Amino acid sequence: MSSNLIDALFVFMLAAFIGFEVIRHVSPLLHTPLMSLTNALDAIAVVGAIVLVGEKKSTFATVLGVIAIVAATSNVVGGFFITDRMLRMFKTSRPTNK
Amino acid sequence: MSEFTASPYAVYLIEFIYLIASALFILSLKWMSSPATARHGILAGEIGMVLAIAGTLLHHGIVDWKWIIIALVLGSGIGIPLGMVQMTAVPQRTALSHAFGALCVTLVGTAEFYLGTQNNSKFGMTVLSMEVILGGLTFTGSLMAAGKLQEILPQRPITYKGQNLVNFLLFAGAVGSAVYLVLHPETQILFPVIVGISLIFGVLLVIPIGGADMPTVISLLNSYAGLSAAAMGFVLQNKLLIIAGALDGSSGLILSIIMSKAMNRSFANVLFGGFGQLQASAAGQEAKPVHSATPEEAAAILSAANKVVIVPGYGMAVAQAQHKVRELYDALTKKGVEVRFAIHPVAGRMPGHMNVLLAEADIPYDRLIEMDEINGDFPQTDVALVVGANDVTNPAARTDQSSPIFGMPILDVDKAHTVMVIKRSMNPGFAGIDNPLYYLGNTLMLFGDAKQFVGAIVRELGGGH
Repeated sequence: MSSNLIDALFVFMLAAFIGFEVIRHVSPLLHTPLMSLTNALDAIAVVGAIVLVGEKKSTFATVLGVIAIVAATSNVVGGFFITDRMLRMFKTSRPTNK
Repeated sequence: MSEFTASPYAVYLIEFIYLIASALFILSLKWMSSPATARHGILAGEIGMVLAIAGTLLHHGIVDWKWIIIALVLGSGIGIPLGMVQMTAVPQRTALSHAFGALCVTLVGTAEFYLGTQNNSKFGMTVLSMEVILGGLTFTGSLMAAGKLQEILPQRPITYKGQNLVNFLLFAGAVGSAVYLVLHPETQILFPVIVGISLIFGVLLVIPIGGADMPTVISLLNSYAGLSAAAMGFVLQNKLLIIAGALDGSSGLILSIIMSKAMNRSFANVLFGGFGQLQASAAGQEAKPVHSATPEEAAAILSAANKVVIVPGYGMAVAQAQHKVRELYDALTKKGVEVRFAIHPVAGRMPGHMNVLLAEADIPYDRLIEMDEINGDFPQTDVALVVGANDVTNPAARTDQSSPIFGMPILDVDKAHTVMVIKRSMNPGFAGIDNPLYYLGNTLMLFGDAKQFVGAIVRELGGGH
């Protein structure tokens, strides 16, 4: 347990630093889509809710889990969808092949 | 995953899939660095997400599929309309999705508590408490933010005497109860108390915050939502969740720092400041003369210019004027006028809001220039046209130490040869701060609705062709 905990803390620390470095380089132009994208990625919490519902340990847990899956899935679908819609709108005036 | 009873291969397979998904999530954010690669980023994120969900379904403990499928379908059904909202509604949609994410985390945390898997470990109980405190306050706080942005709730700060003391006591109560629960796990009754206080705290934390501070608040809530998901990852021993939560948490934190720097305010000041209350009395005297102009005069000045910088603000979004602004951009560009857009970091109601609105109106993103980059160009600019922006152009921020926004970095529009400001009337803006820009000798006030006024200028430009 305690070595698991230390591992988890290392993972968190490294991911936070990677997050800082990667996000620092995101153009301010894209801050709104960035936020909706991180929101969609954050909805990975749905995996916890899926296990909770699937294990069927108590009715109470299942009910909470179902609501949690609905909430997180709407973030996954809506988040990716709107981020893609936004990014498709960003066009450049320079005649490039992109 | 603590039980290794069933097939260990499935466990390894799931962990391996999570590893790939983590890499894809990091790549997804990395590719967001430029508009040219950003859509690859979405694809990477989507693949990672699908892999992770599919991998989770292999989990050996899952005995019932029916409700998982129903919930996934239902969630997708809600997600699609939430992905189709108008671009002007993106801030409230974002706040709402922070609320949904936090709701998921809080509900799973609550279920875990009553299943009792963590209650014997002090660390498990600590992170579980952090999960529901952060999740609970983010849930209700984001709902309040969404309500304010949608104008269901009043946008003005709602303040009362002793507000900060009440908030502090509530937060201390939640943390204190959590500490007691960690030390005395048998006092189960404290758990609903912690959740309840966090939910109330979230409401009280956001209601005193005004619309102009929303970019910072949304970013902070984004960060909290990420941290609560990371805490959930600690509870479930799920590294993918820890990584996704940490990425989201640091993203929100960076955005909050950028936003509060752009307003020259600390987080504490945004959260506990109650902006926009006291200043209303300072304004009100409108005896000073202003120069105003008609659409015809404005069109004549614009078409004689070589360099024009348009400064959009939240008022442009409210008036839905971005498409008319695009027509103006087209008309002037056709006449050989160089038109660029100056984007203040906190213009609008969330980070990057103006860029999305202008991109939606088909304005090329290389015409959208950040504050630091364009500020040096204003002295060589013939016309600065302010559409629905106010505080971010207020020269008092540079000069008047008594101004509530003193020290805030602004767009130096007053240094342009001519400044034109489209505004409904001389009423002070949302924050109630008077703007000396309007009384300068080189400033022309264009009174009217932003959409109609820009439309009138465009007609003049077309007619004079």
